[in-house]
Amino acid sequence: MEDFLEIGGKKLSSRLFVGTGKFPGNAVMRDVLLASGTEVTTVALRRVDPDSAAENILDYVPHACTVMINTSGARNAEEAVRIARLARAGGTGSWIKIEVIADTRYLLPDNLETLKAVEALVKEGFTVFPYMSPDLSVARRMADCGAAAVMPLGSPIGSNRGVKTKELVRILIDEIKIPVIVDAGLGKPSDACECMEMGCEAVLVNTAIAIAENPVETARAFAMAVRAGRLAYASGISGSVETARASSPLTGFLRDNG
Amino acid sequence: MMVKINGRPETLPQKVLTLEELVAGMGLNPERLVIEHNLEIVPREAWPGIRIQGNDNIEIVSFVGGG
Repeated sequence: MEDFLEIGGKKLSSRLFVGTGKFPGNAVMRDVLLASGTEVTTVALRRVDPDSAAENILDYVPHACTVMINTSGARNAEEAVRIARLARAGGTGSWIKIEVIADTRYLLPDNLETLKAVEALVKEGFTVFPYMSPDLSVARRMADCGAAAVMPLGSPIGSNRGVKTKELVRILIDEIKIPVIVDAGLGKPSDACECMEMGCEAVLVNTAIAIAENPVETARAFAMAVRAGRLAYASGISGSVETARASSPLTGFLRDNG
Repeated sequence: MMVKINGRPETLPQKVLTLEELVAGMGLNPERLVIEHNLEIVPREAWPGIRIQGNDNIEIVSFVGGG
């Protein structure tokens, strides 16, 4: 079945986006990106550390991948805009994951500052993917401002707790016209599959893959789960009911008719 | 000369006059670095022409892994 995700002017065949944080090394990260079949990967921007190895992470990103720079480290809209401009000057293109976080314990996004950054960066020609708490009215405004997608969290970043926000994400999928991409907290392939079955257009996974014992095989498992979930959604899986519905004929058999 | 580099006060050696010389002096690989000089992004080709003044605010960033 032909199934592409058209987003930000691109046509993608993989609906699994993979983050590049926390990997034990650049070589294994590259193997993961290749094994996962991903076409979108996130990278961050940081002040240089003159004492660290001068390796350039972008040299390890396969050419088929679109790089999406995240604005992590930004505490308000202004800082997010500044980071996005720096990233573009670094030559990674115009795809930006807007991540504005003011809370250090749960790393929950600041929806209001994020919305401001969406507005500003769309005007500057960026293709923006806001990381957000799944709130319908904020998501609507982000869509109205020209966001390419909304990226609600499943659960706190790096927590591997799965889709704790499921009901709210489901409402976004139902109501929002731009793609909904669950980002953060997906700990197992089944979590990713659950998102796709619900009708998410894609998911973004980082920690669960990067810190797995075998990141490459975990990436493959996530890729399969995303495909399975998408196929299930696209094939129109049916809803659930409280009581049994026989799947075999219920005509009497091997006993007297009463 | 005192300047601020990545938020930290630093004293520059006498011979460092431009952004190009600053990057070389810090032993950084200029590939994929981005420099913001007093809040203005400076394209790589302009580094040799930007003279550093006292109290300048310089940010030097590069790409790292992130989710």
